[in-house]
Amino acid sequence: MKTIVLIKQVPDTETKVKVNPGETDINREGINLVLNPYDEFAAEEAIKIKEAKGGEVVVCTLGEKKAEEAIRTALAMGADRAIRLDGEAFAGSDNYATAKALAKAIEKEGDYDLILCGKQAVDDDSAQVGTLVAEMLGIPSASLVINCEVGDGSVTITREIEGGNQELEIAMPCLLTAQKGLNEPRYPSLPGIMKAKRKKLDVLSAGDLGLGADEAGAAGSKTAIKELSMPPERKAGQVFEGEPEEIVPKVAQLLREEAKVI
Amino acid sequence: MANILVIAEVKEGKLKKVTLELLSKGKELAAAAGGALEGCLVGSGVEALAAEMGQYGASKVYVADSGDLADYNGEAYANVTAKIIQDAAPGIVLVGASIQGKDLAPRLSAKLGAGLASDCTNISVDGGSLVVTRPIYAGKAFETRTFSSDIQIASVRPNVLPVSDPDAGASAEVAKVDAAAGDVKTKVLKTELTAGDKIELTEADIIVSGGRGMKGPENYAMLEELASLLNAAVGASRAAVDAGWRPHGDQVGQTGKTVNPNLYIACGISGAIQHLAGMSSSKCIVAINKDAEAPIFKVADYGIVGDLFKCVPILTEEVKKLKA
Ligand SMILES: Cc1cc2nc3c(=O)[nH]c(=O)nc-3n(C[C@H](O)[C@H](O)[C@H](O)COP(=O)(O)OP(=O)(O)OC[C@H]3O[C@@H](n4cnc5c(N)ncnc54)[C@H](O)[C@@H]3O)c2cc1C
Ligand SMILES: Nc1ncnc2c1ncn2[C@@H]1O[C@H](COP(=O)(O)O)[C@@H](O)[C@H]1O
Repeated sequence: MKTIVLIKQVPDTETKVKVNPGETDINREGINLVLNPYDEFAAEEAIKIKEAKGGEVVVCTLGEKKAEEAIRTALAMGADRAIRLDGEAFAGSDNYATAKALAKAIEKEGDYDLILCGKQAVDDDSAQVGTLVAEMLGIPSASLVINCEVGDGSVTITREIEGGNQELEIAMPCLLTAQKGLNEPRYPSLPGIMKAKRKKLDVLSAGDLGLGADEAGAAGSKTAIKELSMPPERKAGQVFEGEPEEIVPKVAQLLREEAKVI
Repeated sequence: MANILVIAEVKEGKLKKVTLELLSKGKELAAAAGGALEGCLVGSGVEALAAEMGQYGASKVYVADSGDLADYNGEAYANVTAKIIQDAAPGIVLVGASIQGKDLAPRLSAKLGAGLASDCTNISVDGGSLVVTRPIYAGKAFETRTFSSDIQIASVRPNVLPVSDPDAGASAEVAKVDAAAGDVKTKVLKTELTAGDKIELTEADIIVSGGRGMKGPENYAMLEELASLLNAAVGASRAAVDAGWRPHGDQVGQTGKTVNPNLYIACGISGAIQHLAGMSSSKCIVAINKDAEAPIFKVADYGIVGDLFKCVPILTEEVKKLKA
């Protein structure tokens, strides 16, 4: 059983995002980068499946050299080897071009049974790349997976839907996007971290993947960021201290008469 | 310019509110840009809803109605919808950024080679091309995104765009189309609605949310009572979810749901950056917290410093009086 896990390195959720006027990326100074939290669920699930069924877990990312830290985290958790896609040709990739590159890399890798990724990267919050990759590969997919049982030639999964759950049986190979609740990601152990340093990591360029000049990066993208902005500042509110019997009715009154929300 | 196509979403035999929001906005954009507004209805027993889409501005509605499409199956819905889009040949496709819409949209994007921007909070048309604004980093920043593909898709966050008044005299031409899903490798084994008529967090006008300060799962009954009076949904912080007090689906924040209700009442929530990211675009925020230094007070319009176990019951009584 070969499982491919798509991972992305993203700013820590603690990050206070700052935007410089006129720029199309956030100010990255001093930002702590981590493995995308949803990709941790994906990696954990892949490793659990390997532990139960045998086989191999390959992690793959499109990202700069620094993203190898996130790769090493997944390898330290127990993934076997890694592929990183990098190079000038990928600059300016939107979700579509990113998915295209990942799909090409997966095709090149070949004979996989399962692809796992996060439901969403907590930087762009797009929740698209996984599903795009599946469609580009022509394989079925399910998003927001919270339970996964691997059977013979198919997986039975539970996914979140509005107000409930849906149980699906999907033929393999297929792609699943991990939602919180799928599992509890393990912390890498010290021996795991040591071992991860020696695990194989291949770096591939757009050329290695056979991507044409118009298929990668900005040229292969269907959308582009024009500008970034900060959310409007919230103006200071009123804070009430004192006896609940006095201040709570006052706030209720304000909600009705001033804010007009109840 | 080319037409705008709104992909409807149907829940329990009714058009979801986000569909009406999209039609209202689509009508305005189509009028400004000189194209037609059309609709796409996929499901089982949905044909009658085309008339309502007409009242909200669709001049033509493509209907794929089949018993096989009763439950949402991403593969089947995508096959049918992609075919409709190919036939209708719109320039712009709008879909709700609901759980279903966010599963469907990237499938369509890949099948049609169409650019997609997810979870947009504003959309406009410039020179026939779509321009969107969307939150990134769970709302800590926003991006403006432009498109270069022939078909341009935006999934739009529910509850952001206003619904305009329907025109009872308007009607839509109905075009019944092939509802065959083709080769599908996904089988829906069962669909379970656990929540009953619970209001979806991302669509709620009012949210009452509880954090670690609630002390235990049993105390959420207090929030449920207040919520039911206000017709509100109940949310939670990650601390409450991680403690197993509330289901994952109730988590508000950067790794939970991003919400934007008219009123968000945070009870016993400190206001960690990840929580604020998910709710700070709420129009009005009330915080009840016994710690006057809690960061939640920095974003609250109305802060109540006090014990929630005393304050929430009083607030509930006050709401009862106001609603009487
Ligand atoms: C990768 C990552 C992702 C995360 N994503 C999210 C997310 O999506 N959503 C989220 O919420 N968090 C998220 N967090 C967690 C976040 O950092 C905080 O730990 C969490 O929000 C704290 O929840 P809380 O406010 O309920 O608990 P605490 O921070 O413990 O706050 C409890 C509050 O209750 C108050 N209180 C206690 N008793 C009473 C009482 N009787 N009356 C009134 N007030 C009382 C206290 O004064 C305190 O302010 C994430 C963290 C990480 C690392
Ligand atoms: N650059 C990337 N490299 C590898 N995987 C990615 C990349 N971007 C996104 N993904 C995967 O796709 C998921 C959804 O990302 P997004 O659509 O950007 O929200 C992530 O959780 C990852 O699993």
